[in-house]
Amino acid sequence: MIGTGRSVNSITARRRHPLARFAVVALALGLLGGGYALAAPTGSTADAAVASGKADDVAQGKSLFVAHCASCHGLNAEGTKSGPTLVGVGAAAVDFQVSSGRMPAADPGAQAPRKPLDEWVTPQAIDQLAAYVQSLGGGPTRPTAEQVDPAKGDPAKGGELFRANCIQCHNFVGAGGALTYGKYAPPLHESSPTQIYEAMATGPQAMPVFNDSVITPEQKRDMIAYITSVRSQVDPGGASLGRIGPVTEGLVAWIAGISLLVLAAIWITAKKRQAHS
Amino acid sequence: MDTPPKAIAGVSTFLDDRLGAGSFLKRNLRKMFPDHWSFLLGEIALYSFIILLLTGTFLTFWFRPTMGEVMYNGSYEPLKGVMMSEAYASALNISFDVRGGLLIRQIHHWAALLFIAGMVVHMLRVFFTGAYRKPRELNWLIGIGLLSLALFEGLTGYSLPDDLLSGAGLRITQGVILSIPLIGTYIQFFLFGGEYPGEDIISRFFTLHILLIPGILLALITAHMILMWVQKHTQMPGKGRTEKNVVGAPFYPAFMAKAGAYFLFTFAVLAGLGTFAQINPIWLFGPYTPADISAGSQPDWYMGFLEGSLRLMPAWEINLFGTSGGTIPLSVLIPALLPLGIIMTGLALYPFLEQWVTGDRREHHIVDRPRNNPHRTSIGMAAITFYGVLWLLGANDEISANFHIGLYETTIFGRIAVFLGPLIAYIVTYRICIGLQRKDAEIVSHGVESGVIKRMPNGEYIEVHTPTSDDILAHMRGKKEIPVIESGADKEGVPPKGARSLLGRLRAKMSKAYGTDHIPLEEAHGEEHAAVGAGERKEVH
Repeated sequence: MIGTGRSVNSITARRRHPLARFAVVALALGLLGGGYALAAPTGSTADAAVASGKADDVAQGKSLFVAHCASCHGLNAEGTKSGPTLVGVGAAAVDFQVSSGRMPAADPGAQAPRKPLDEWVTPQAIDQLAAYVQSLGGGPTRPTAEQVDPAKGDPAKGGELFRANCIQCHNFVGAGGALTYGKYAPPLHESSPTQIYEAMATGPQAMPVFNDSVITPEQKRDMIAYITSVRSQVDPGGASLGRIGPVTEGLVAWIAGISLLVLAAIWITAKKRQAHS
Repeated sequence: MDTPPKAIAGVSTFLDDRLGAGSFLKRNLRKMFPDHWSFLLGEIALYSFIILLLTGTFLTFWFRPTMGEVMYNGSYEPLKGVMMSEAYASALNISFDVRGGLLIRQIHHWAALLFIAGMVVHMLRVFFTGAYRKPRELNWLIGIGLLSLALFEGLTGYSLPDDLLSGAGLRITQGVILSIPLIGTYIQFFLFGGEYPGEDIISRFFTLHILLIPGILLALITAHMILMWVQKHTQMPGKGRTEKNVVGAPFYPAFMAKAGAYFLFTFAVLAGLGTFAQINPIWLFGPYTPADISAGSQPDWYMGFLEGSLRLMPAWEINLFGTSGGTIPLSVLIPALLPLGIIMTGLALYPFLEQWVTGDRREHHIVDRPRNNPHRTSIGMAAITFYGVLWLLGANDEISANFHIGLYETTIFGRIAVFLGPLIAYIVTYRICIGLQRKDAEIVSHGVESGVIKRMPNGEYIEVHTPTSDDILAHMRGKKEIPVIESGADKEGVPPKGARSLLGRLRAKMSKAYGTDHIPLEEAHGEEHAAVGAGERKEVH
């Protein structure tokens, strides 16, 4: 350092420049923020969704939330003993739960069933609630119409994914099935393509989450294509018997088959031979 | 009789001269068959079997029993391009691309369900009326053999299409085989030709399903029918019916017409079900991959009781030397073998156990009304309850899902009911039998209630009974005593030799309980109440 005093001085002078600190912090913040935005695509789409929702949607949503949801989920969606926090569940969860009538729950049972919608539950109200919950902490957003269009999916591929991931609870055509402690996998007959997508993305109630890295949006669309094509299929073999497998077949064999044949046997033997002269 | 037309007479004389068929036919065409509806139940199974043979033959024309992987390219859209076994692809092909294939497939499957259901109701009729007694024990055993084989025939048929549901059944079969100590793994490798599922099982099951088991079934059914023919039918007690005759209609023409009509009824029901009710929609299940399983995977009804016992069983297992000596999975071994063993062995042994208990060596051609052997009837109902609880619990997931009952609650209910249910059924059935016997005894001794209340000159009210018709009376009087073995001690108080051991004393006790008639029929003694207007001038009501 000695003998090069001038240059050292100039370096230290520049290093201690008051603006340098801000420049470093700004750079670091910029890198962090940009990196985060790049690394977390859901975050960015969430921001986009919030951005698309008008600010007054969020405010309207908040007032709807306070009126219909806050008694269980808390005034700020922070959660209570009777309902989980909704921070970070995303607009998709709101749309799934509210549009299927599951929320607001009628009673705190093992599982909230699908039920007819309340009068206040309009598409607009769901939009507003979704915008509010999305504004709280992001989370999965609602799919676009194109993402859930069954016509754009491949039902054969979707069928394989459906069989590998869904039918162990929902049955081979989505007729539903039992789970433990009063829970159940509901039938998928009434679920709209959007609801099916959202259920996979958010994992409502007892269902696991199938996020986009497990099942891509294209694969989700394939599965929707399979589910909707199979459930709208006319049963080529006659009455479907609920499509729940051999249980109803056995019932029909006994109740219809054996009963009819027993009646036939009674009828045949009741006819006595006419005595010929 | 008129002389037959020349065309018939010529042919029949030709045949008679060469086959000697005339005397055979003369003897057998006049064979008598009793006219009771329950005697037709076995024919459900017989006719279903014939339909199974015919429809099954049709299916073999297109079914390919191999497990080679192919890409599906048939006309069922949602499976297009999916990799699957040739067996499954050809089953889809039969369902969608072979003319009439789906209908035949569905009739075949419905006929399989009714085949075994027909066997079961027929067997229950034989059991509850005691028609298995001497000299028909062998035919009873043949029947048990038929039932066991039919279960196995059903199991192999269920596995053939190689869809996801049949694969689940196959997997359970393999699990049961593996659970057998020591030899389980060897049997599995032998049967599947290596690791599960391998590539051999479908073709092997195919041979069993279309050749070996149907062959044995056909032979046993023939033996069953010949024995029935030779030993003649049993009959219900009734007017003019004795141990030495059979009252009914001759085989030709009356019974033949009835049997022919009943075949057509059976065929109509099966064709109707095959047309209007979808069964085993394999295209909805998808191809079998061992990694996939569906909710509501059930076997066909006749395997339901095994499914139920598997679902009820607690997860017990024995690990020898900390699993290094092998694991004995009681949770599979017990439910797979015990209920089947109890039911099948119990059925096979019952005629002989009953003979041992009652010491009854007589021939029986007149059957019992179920109420008149209350212990047998109660044992039968207890067995039905045992089977029924297991069967019901085989569908506990569907019960839970559709009736909103907790899944574990159904299991707990089943675990209790499988023990308690038969006991309750036994007691209730016994009381009902005794009650019905009492009613019979009352009708025999007092006649039937006429609904007329009469006031006597002394002020007493009596209910007027009218005598029973001869038919009903003869039916009721057909009650035969159940023998009780001699167990009484002789003059010195020494019991007979056979009754001294523990087993002997048990036998004597059981015999007394089984055979004692608590409600003996008495002769009519109610003359004073016998008829409306008895003892006074006739009144017109």
